[in-house]
Amino acid sequence: MKKEIANWGNYPVMESDEQQFSFDDQLQQMVKDTHHFIPRGNGRCYGDASLGGQTISTLKYDKILSFDVQNGVFECQSGLVLDKILEVIVPKGWFLPVTPGTKFITVGGAVGSDVHGKNHHVDGSFSNHIVEMDIVLADGRVLTCSPTQYPDLFEATCGGMGLTGMISRVKFRLKKIETSCIKQKQIKADNLEHIIQLFEEYKHYTYSVAWIDCLKKGKGFGRSILILGEHATINDLNDKQRKDPLQLPKKKQITFPFNLPSWVLNTFTVKAFNFLYYGKNFKKEINNVVGYEPFYYPLDAILHWNRGYGKKGFIQYQFVVPMNAKQGLIEILQRISDKGIGSFLAVLKVFGKQESLISFPEEGYTLALDIPVRKGLFEFLDELDQIVLKYGGRLYMSKDARMKPEVLEAGYPRLQEFKDIVKKYNPDGKIRSTQSDRLLLTTN
Amino acid sequence: MSTVLILGAASDMAVAIAKKYAAEGNAIQLAARNIQRLQPLQSDIAIRYNTTCTVHEFDALNFNSHQAFFDQLPVKPDITICVFGYLGENETARASWVESEKIIHTNYTGAVSILNVVSNYYAAQQKGVIAGISSVAGERGRQSNYIYGSAKAGFTAYLSGLRNRMFHEKVHVVSVQPGFVYTRMTENLTLPPLLTANPEAVANTVYKAVAKKKNVVYVKWFWRWIMLIIKSIPEFMFKKLKM
Ligand SMILES: Cc1cc2nc3c(=O)[nH]c(=O)nc-3n(C[C@H](O)[C@H](O)[C@H](O)COP(=O)(O)OP(=O)(O)OC[C@H]3O[C@@H](n4cnc5c(N)ncnc54)[C@H](O)[C@@H]3O)c2cc1C
Repeated sequence: MKKEIANWGNYPVMESDEQQFSFDDQLQQMVKDTHHFIPRGNGRCYGDASLGGQTISTLKYDKILSFDVQNGVFECQSGLVLDKILEVIVPKGWFLPVTPGTKFITVGGAVGSDVHGKNHHVDGSFSNHIVEMDIVLADGRVLTCSPTQYPDLFEATCGGMGLTGMISRVKFRLKKIETSCIKQKQIKADNLEHIIQLFEEYKHYTYSVAWIDCLKKGKGFGRSILILGEHATINDLNDKQRKDPLQLPKKKQITFPFNLPSWVLNTFTVKAFNFLYYGKNFKKEINNVVGYEPFYYPLDAILHWNRGYGKKGFIQYQFVVPMNAKQGLIEILQRISDKGIGSFLAVLKVFGKQESLISFPEEGYTLALDIPVRKGLFEFLDELDQIVLKYGGRLYMSKDARMKPEVLEAGYPRLQEFKDIVKKYNPDGKIRSTQSDRLLLTTN
Repeated sequence: MSTVLILGAASDMAVAIAKKYAAEGNAIQLAARNIQRLQPLQSDIAIRYNTTCTVHEFDALNFNSHQAFFDQLPVKPDITICVFGYLGENETARASWVESEKIIHTNYTGAVSILNVVSNYYAAQQKGVIAGISSVAGERGRQSNYIYGSAKAGFTAYLSGLRNRMFHEKVHVVSVQPGFVYTRMTENLTLPPLLTANPEAVANTVYKAVAKKKNVVYVKWFWRWIMLIIKSIPEFMFKKLKM
């Protein structure tokens, strides 16, 4: 059915013919019969990675195939949303090995973007935990791949933005937990130097992330809050929590009802927000035990918060620079603060070592910024791209809606190898997105 | 805990109904033509709701197999829900008897055939519940889908007669009248959002109607009134309308 679709950033919006399926045989037929298409999960990537003239949505293809409760191995169809997985595994004492900052993504999307969580430096990205998966190739054939079976297909599918084929079945390992709570520590950092030093000091923590105020100038430039966490053990819980240590969060969600006019989100309001946010954490350090939802998914509590950025939408700019390129981080934050570009969200994380073909993570610092679309923004981001490249970094395709193909090429040293594998399994570029065409990954 | 048999289990409505009953702690029997299609749903329900879920091959159009199908069920269901249906294409059906026959036999003959078997069993044991998903399209024939509508009209009348007969056998029969529902069956139609229910709403209606021993239920309450109005338009006027 033809309809207007956009991903989380609401930019770009485009008309697409979207097909849905529920069964394996239907999927294979659809892939064979469709002229060209891109797989689409829950549209939680920000830009145009799962957009195209034709899309095949996995959302009705969401069945659990097996769950080995003893060994924590879970198998499902690719359209299953993480939220639904948690409902099943948490009460049995298991957790997702890696989760992004929202639980409203599909397993297919988790693999297509090879998502990372706050524990990347300890547990790597999602694909590190895959036992095997099935891919429906452009010609309708189904191949089972793993790190040892069709390893080229496997590697190029992890983070390959759907271009190798439709991921249909994924089997992956879970993480054992004793309770559904997180022992959280929040530390306030005065500036950028300080937060980097804190990351270093607390790197033994499984989960870590920092929220940065990127408008503050002068001495407080880069002031932030470091949020650390560990899965709580029974001993960490109070008596009330101990009665049901693996309980699921109670459902309560607020929906952001409409698009805010874009003037609402000007520098002033962002400053006020940041003032309140950082002001709230008046103590130097807070330690507490919280449910897993506020810890992993603080933004999910407000459905459709993306509408707060107005009709024109926004871009999330996420890059990584190597460990020794802190200066790059400073330079970019400086540029943003000079430009006075409002961003509610500036999230800093540290990645651990990762060898990958096309996945985003590599050892270093990664920063993600939300910036509303406005005149001059893309030119400004082109300048930031140059700084990222100068320091040997790269951008996250899952958040991208505008980078130039040269920027991708300069950031991913194994790009040609990736393109060759895509060509092998998707020879006519039948599987293609607006993004892959823009980045010259599928145009012949 | 009851055992619930779902006939035509691969449809979106059936999936929602199966999940609703499983979530409430019942054992589920999924029956449809293509067992392979049902297997993922089977594991999903069994794992998600910690319950028993089995699959059974059933073809609504293979009338001769219906008695054997029911006899071979390892556990006899306490509740039987007849969900299968086929919308088809009125235009095609007008021109092709094959299509007409498929519409009529799926929505009417097939349903009568299997529910005769089930109701005879329930009558003999003096208990059981049957729920049939019919359609508001059966309440008055319209030029745009009267073949489907007439088959559903037949099914609605069958259910009403069955309810009457089975009342005296301590067996309850529920007729469910969905209006528009967002499903695979309707994905190529543009439906008015206000009047359209999702499969989960149908599932909740079925569940409640069975639990409360309702006779005839509409999924969205206003359909009862819409149909009342449509039914009360005098025929000489109705035939002039383009519906
Ligand atoms: C609030 C928020 C926080 C986020 N935090 C993080 C984070 O911390 N870390 C992180 O890594 N990401 C993060 N993301 C990004 C998100 O995790 C990824 O974009 C994810 O891929 C979205 O999955 P999706 O199911 O919505 O798929 P979509 O957005 O629809 O698709 C994403 C990509 O996966 C491909 N794809 C989807 N399904 C399949 C399939 N079955 N077969 C083949 N390819 C497929 C698509 O073609 C597309 O290229 C965040 C997003 C939001 C909105």
